[in-house]
Amino acid sequence: MTKKPTPAKKSEVAGYNARQAPINAKLGHDELIALYRDMVRIRRFEERCLRSYQQGKIGGFLHLYIGQESIAVGCASVMGKHDHIITAYRDHGHALAVGMGMNEMMAENYGKITGCSKGKGGSMHYFDPSRNFWGGHGIVGGQIPLGVGLAYAVKYKGLKGAAMAFMGDGAVNQGAVHESYNLAALWSLPVLFIIENNGYSMGTSQERSSAGPSLAQRAEGYGMNWDIVENGHDVLEVRDKVAAALKLAHEKSLPSVLEIRTYRYRGHSVADPDTTYRDKKEIEAYKITKDPLMVCQNSLLAEQVLTEEIIAKIDEAARAEAETSAQFAEASPYPTVEDIKKDVYWEIDNPADRKSQGALFFD
Amino acid sequence: MPVITYREALRAAMSEEIERDPNVVLMGEEVAQFNGAYKISEGMLAKYGPTRIVDTPISEAGFIGMGVGAAMLGLRPVMELMFFSFYTVAFDQIFNNAANIRYMSGGLINCPIVLRGPANGGTNVGATHSHTPESIAAYHPGIKVVVPSNAYDAKGLMKSAIRDNDPVMFMENTILYGESCEVPEEEYLVPLGSAKVMREGTDLSIIGHGRAIQLALKAADRLKELHNINAEVVDLRSIRPLDEETILNSVKKTSRALYVEESKPFCSVGAMVACIISDKAFDYLDAPVKRLTSIDSPAIYSPPMEKLQLPTVDRIYEAALAVLK
Repeated sequence: MTKKPTPAKKSEVAGYNARQAPINAKLGHDELIALYRDMVRIRRFEERCLRSYQQGKIGGFLHLYIGQESIAVGCASVMGKHDHIITAYRDHGHALAVGMGMNEMMAENYGKITGCSKGKGGSMHYFDPSRNFWGGHGIVGGQIPLGVGLAYAVKYKGLKGAAMAFMGDGAVNQGAVHESYNLAALWSLPVLFIIENNGYSMGTSQERSSAGPSLAQRAEGYGMNWDIVENGHDVLEVRDKVAAALKLAHEKSLPSVLEIRTYRYRGHSVADPDTTYRDKKEIEAYKITKDPLMVCQNSLLAEQVLTEEIIAKIDEAARAEAETSAQFAEASPYPTVEDIKKDVYWEIDNPADRKSQGALFFD
Repeated sequence: MPVITYREALRAAMSEEIERDPNVVLMGEEVAQFNGAYKISEGMLAKYGPTRIVDTPISEAGFIGMGVGAAMLGLRPVMELMFFSFYTVAFDQIFNNAANIRYMSGGLINCPIVLRGPANGGTNVGATHSHTPESIAAYHPGIKVVVPSNAYDAKGLMKSAIRDNDPVMFMENTILYGESCEVPEEEYLVPLGSAKVMREGTDLSIIGHGRAIQLALKAADRLKELHNINAEVVDLRSIRPLDEETILNSVKKTSRALYVEESKPFCSVGAMVACIISDKAFDYLDAPVKRLTSIDSPAIYSPPMEKLQLPTVDRIYEAALAVLK
């Protein structure tokens, strides 16, 4: 995990309690339970994905979000109508958090025509513009300029909204990310650069990949607001810090960099051996003390918002939903050879409105 | 009919589309306050203001990626590359994001962006600034590629490109910017994917794109003058989509074909066209399809040598005679 010293931030004053923050203090029981339920659904979905992957039902890579659920759920829970999300390839959590369905997601993983991208994107490339979810992107850091563009368009249209552009800690050394920082700060664009710092870019720890005292602090070079969410496993702290940055974006059209400390339990992708760069004890220690689901469950039990009975029901329902999605995916047809050339050009898919002439394909 | 330059034609096209559609913006390095490095956008900031005409920092990956994201959300950005050669800096944004986003989203997302700028050699700016990447761009399904050879087509194609719902790479030419021709005042569009027979002929088809067409027309004049050879000159105008029909009709008429272009020979547009002719009009051919490209090395700086590295009227003329042997 992160071993670099981190400068103290003003928000980490003694006595800070995320539960008492105004955005969380007002939450009703149903809303608190919904946060917990959404995290459980992500985990059960991904556990089911893992089984399917091990059975050979899912091709390519499978990047699991397990351990990081509090971030996607916390961020999505504070989104407004004109707020948008874009992320990298570890995208299952964000997709479920914005309201995409397990069926279309699992079917996408299986490469089926009923998938959210008709089997053309796969696990790394989910999209749902109707829910302001713009992917699901495979190249590390490559989605960040697009996130700036979403913010640019929101501002251009005069809407009160922002873009949340997610990346991992491995993305912060990509040039496109720094170019994005500069554009966002230069033009006061309403964008939140959210670094989900799980400590490892694939198998390379932060201290072996990134210079400087912290990843978020690089924002200072661009005159941008920044903050570190030390307890990224706490969905309520994520909500509070992200809502504060969103407010800056909405009200003053200012960008921010948020580094959210988190941890992933599985390998970079599940195909990777997870033994060369970290100790199993490190994983176990996190699970025991900081598991996002467990931490949320314990505090809601203590508040008597959750009961053992509700917990069991939520778990059962999530497992059943995930199982159903696997059955749905299994039963769905693959795309056809004819489908391979659909969705390449808008004009080909909308022949009545085609304005150009000539050949667009060459086989 | 008014005679205007290629530069003015591009400016008129962008201005008309900016006035027509509030989602159209022009962005790029020095396009606004500086009035454009090549003055394509001269006067546009004064007329349309800084919301529509936007100066970007020198940050191609950043601002082109930003344009892609904005296009996903409904804007129609026209992004100027000061030199098209700088597309390499934004390669991932163009070919992973703009080209693939529609496909990977199963058709849920469009990317109506235009990337435009000069893609040519011949101005002694060395290898880094002289790329002609039309075949590299057209290689990518999802991308459209346009290369106008004259002011009339530049205007009509630019307007079509801006209205297109797919990403269009629009490759201009600094040497042509000052060239003029008749351009109507009333609105017109040139559809993408429509080639144009610039000169009718019966003995040989000289097919090509971009500035090479202007040279080919001069070579055709010389062929007529010195040998009474009637060469047909076909300007593709658009590389993808490609007007195969016009190419094949010309070759079926003349039975001989020469492709001329400023690009390098390996996997060039001419290579693709030669392949299509071979596949679809082989029985009509009286000679192998010949290609004339730039000499196959990075662009040389030395001014007199660069002239010779590129296709010239002399080289086209000689190549045409070789096809007719």
